[in-house]
Amino acid sequence: MTNFKVPVWGYWMMGIGFAAFVAMLIAYIHKNRGFRRPVFASPYVLWLIVFTVIPCFLVAYFSFTDPQGNFTFDNFKNFWDSNYNARKAIAPEDLKMYQDMGLSLEDLGLARDSINIDTLVFSLWMAFLCTAICLLLGYPAAHIMADREFKLGPTLVILFVVPMWMNFLLRTIALMSLMEDGGLLNTIFEWLGLGKQKLLNNIPAVQVGMIYNFLPFMVFPIYNVLNKMDYKLSEAAMDLGCNKWQVFYKVTLPLSVPGVVSGITMVFMPAVTTFYISRLLGGGKVQLFGDLIEAKFLSTSLNEWNGGSALSLVMMILILLSLGLLNKVDPDNEGGGMV
Amino acid sequence: MKFIKRFYLGLVLAFLYIPIVVLIVQSFNAGKSRAKWEGFSFRWYEELFKDPNIMNSLVITLAIAVLAALFATIIGTLAAIGIHAMKRRPQQLMLTLNNIPMTMPDIVTGISLMLLFIFTQVERGFVTMLLAHITFDVPYVILSIMPKLKQMNKNTYEAALDLGATPMYALFHVILPQVMPGVITGAMLAFTLSLDDFTISYFTTSPLVQNLSTLIYSQARKGIKPTMNALSALMFVALLLLLLVVNKRTAEEE
Amino acid sequence: MEEQRLITLEDIYKQYDGTTVLDHINLYIRKKEFVTLLGPSGCGKTTTLRIIGGFETADSGRVIFDGQDISGIPPYKRRVNTVFQKYALFPHLNVRDNIAFGLKLKKMSKAEIDRKVDYMLDLVNLKGYGKRGVDSLSGGQQQRIAIARALVNEPEVLLLDEPLGALDLKLRKEMQLELKAMQQRLGITFLYVTHDQEEALTMSDTIVVMQGGRILQIGTPKSIYDEPKNAFVANFIGESNIFPGTMIRDELVHFCGADFPCVDSGFGEDHPVDVVIRPEDILLVGEDVGQVTGTIKSVLFKGVHYEMIIDAGHSIWKVHSTTMQPEGSRVGLAVVPFNIHIMHRMEEEKPQEEAKK
Repeated sequence: MTNFKVPVWGYWMMGIGFAAFVAMLIAYIHKNRGFRRPVFASPYVLWLIVFTVIPCFLVAYFSFTDPQGNFTFDNFKNFWDSNYNARKAIAPEDLKMYQDMGLSLEDLGLARDSINIDTLVFSLWMAFLCTAICLLLGYPAAHIMADREFKLGPTLVILFVVPMWMNFLLRTIALMSLMEDGGLLNTIFEWLGLGKQKLLNNIPAVQVGMIYNFLPFMVFPIYNVLNKMDYKLSEAAMDLGCNKWQVFYKVTLPLSVPGVVSGITMVFMPAVTTFYISRLLGGGKVQLFGDLIEAKFLSTSLNEWNGGSALSLVMMILILLSLGLLNKVDPDNEGGGMV
Repeated sequence: MKFIKRFYLGLVLAFLYIPIVVLIVQSFNAGKSRAKWEGFSFRWYEELFKDPNIMNSLVITLAIAVLAALFATIIGTLAAIGIHAMKRRPQQLMLTLNNIPMTMPDIVTGISLMLLFIFTQVERGFVTMLLAHITFDVPYVILSIMPKLKQMNKNTYEAALDLGATPMYALFHVILPQVMPGVITGAMLAFTLSLDDFTISYFTTSPLVQNLSTLIYSQARKGIKPTMNALSALMFVALLLLLLVVNKRTAEEE
Repeated sequence: MEEQRLITLEDIYKQYDGTTVLDHINLYIRKKEFVTLLGPSGCGKTTTLRIIGGFETADSGRVIFDGQDISGIPPYKRRVNTVFQKYALFPHLNVRDNIAFGLKLKKMSKAEIDRKVDYMLDLVNLKGYGKRGVDSLSGGQQQRIAIARALVNEPEVLLLDEPLGALDLKLRKEMQLELKAMQQRLGITFLYVTHDQEEALTMSDTIVVMQGGRILQIGTPKSIYDEPKNAFVANFIGESNIFPGTMIRDELVHFCGADFPCVDSGFGEDHPVDVVIRPEDILLVGEDVGQVTGTIKSVLFKGVHYEMIIDAGHSIWKVHSTTMQPEGSRVGLAVVPFNIHIMHRMEEEKPQEEAKK
């Protein structure tokens, strides 16, 4: 486990980023003031209830119960204090005995008390960074492709659309193979006389993997909005005396807000929830919130479904909140959430 | 300026595509090394097809994709027609519910389904994975058919009834032929997504029943073998082709 | 009379989400009659048609067809056929299969179907178009096919929901005549929905003027044009000048600051009324001999006539005349007694007029 602490300025950046996002939202919201066919939907209604609605409630149910099925808040207490359940299981005198024997908490299979929260904050930080970088990289790309004079734009955008649908796992593996110790990148480095670099199993590697996977999700919605925008608007703006730069920040940028918001949501959400990117590129040394959840469900040693459910519930609420925000800003889904 | 713009776009696309291209090239490398080119060969592809584990997973993957696409298309087509005919309120509710599996992160969908199977004590394996795949496929089928239904003159159904057709007859002879392109796109999309899925499969199957994605993941955690390169390359090409076709269809329909 | 009634609507009431769309409609339609439901959009005319077609059910009231209550009968069992607003042709079938759709459902023999379809194609002047796809045809042609598709089933009543709405003006006029001729030749009852008053006047035997879910007036085109029951009908059917006035006594009405002899009586003395005068019924006379005098504010050339807006002090008059007077000139206005139409005030218009005073 890499002992990573989010730097103080990181908190500030996240705070400011979030505040800016909210401000953008508020500004935007403020500005824009017998036998009948429905029966055919019934099989799906049933399917939805069983495989979508009930599972959602099950996550909530498992979150509020212990393994014996009794109602409890312990899973959430355990979320704040990751050893809460463990301490309950081990008598205090035993714990003291082990500690006297010189065994650390880790030796006992216990992690830092704040591991859950730390990981969540770290995941949010990573996702925030990823979103910010994707926005910086993606907006210009989308803008270039949406240019009416660039005839190749509509064709090239397909190259961004296809990866959106394509298995992240495969793409991550492609990246992994490129960055491996014996991979092509390192060979090039050696050939250049830079020597072998350790490219994998660290935080930057995970970050690169996230950007690599999620960049198309930023480019496409922005492109979509820019492309649908009436070019006569910029002509009108120029006619009224705007120079090129003024046209951009007075007309194009404000009008592309729905796309930007859509893109931010579509990058941020999977970035917060990913687990295999960190597993493959971080080599188990970088743990994200998704890894934490995955481990609680699928690691052979702990079958902590209840604790895992509580973590999932936290994640679900996070996602629902951001989706709610998205719907407020982009109710018609102009950004074209999906293709 | 023009050059800088194109150069920048080229860089971004290179970032996205170089790893994939390199992986595909490597899969034809005769040697084991990832860096040194030891000649063109199909060696890894041959090994791939000799590996019983991989072949087994391939069969599972295809079986799941075909079955899931089939069921999802049937359920989704009926559902889309039904939802389209609903009054505003229930229609909104249905579309919102329909959006849940699409907007929820895969990991949450996977876990919630896994909990369903744990809760109901269904042993995870082929059937549970199939059920999960149908669940995430149907919304996309509905989404492909809905625009077709909206484009359709809503009076054609009534016109059929007016001319003496029963609702069933009208459904099969008037509505269905008109939305057929959407149905086919939906089926192809469902097949592709099912082929493509890793996360949800990962949580809803047992280690004994693996599709290609989960197999690749379990192997990749231990480091990438050249056969995995070959397998990934094959999947890339298959998915790329399918996605291009689906994309072309949706673009044409719009 | 009673035995001629083919369709009777009894006290039909319908609401959507709390808004009343049809407010206790009573109406009957005779055999072989061309009836037009006329009114602005949202007046309930299309809903009335859809209730007769069976696509909607009324919240209360009965639909009687040929002596039977058909309120609960689904559309595919009703002996009526519909021509839909945007034709609703089946895009996946060619012209011939579109027309044959209903006949095939009746399990008719192939030869019989072919014969009837050919007859219909001939009737609508589209011989030789049978194999064409419907999307390749023009709006007017699609319209004819929609009519043929409905008529081939030999319905007792043909329902037409603004069938000419999507056509351009010239084509629309041609089709109006064609439809009327077709109806007379085939002897089928037509129930026609439109918001176009001219269309209604041209084709109908009977016009039903609707507004806000109610029937305002039922009558022949001539009676509705000449004797509109209230200011709304007058205004909707053709252009009108509508003035608030007072009935001084029988056959004398006061409006726009002058007394006018008229032919109406029975309103009582000093009774407030609406006075309706058609623009073409106003005579321009010398300034000294007019019943009222005014200044010409504007003149518009409209082809057949000039349209002049005349300011007569307290009132504005719209006048149609074939002779033009220059803008700004003073003229006298006169109206002969039988061209002055006196009607009871519509209740909802009262407050407005009081505000004007």
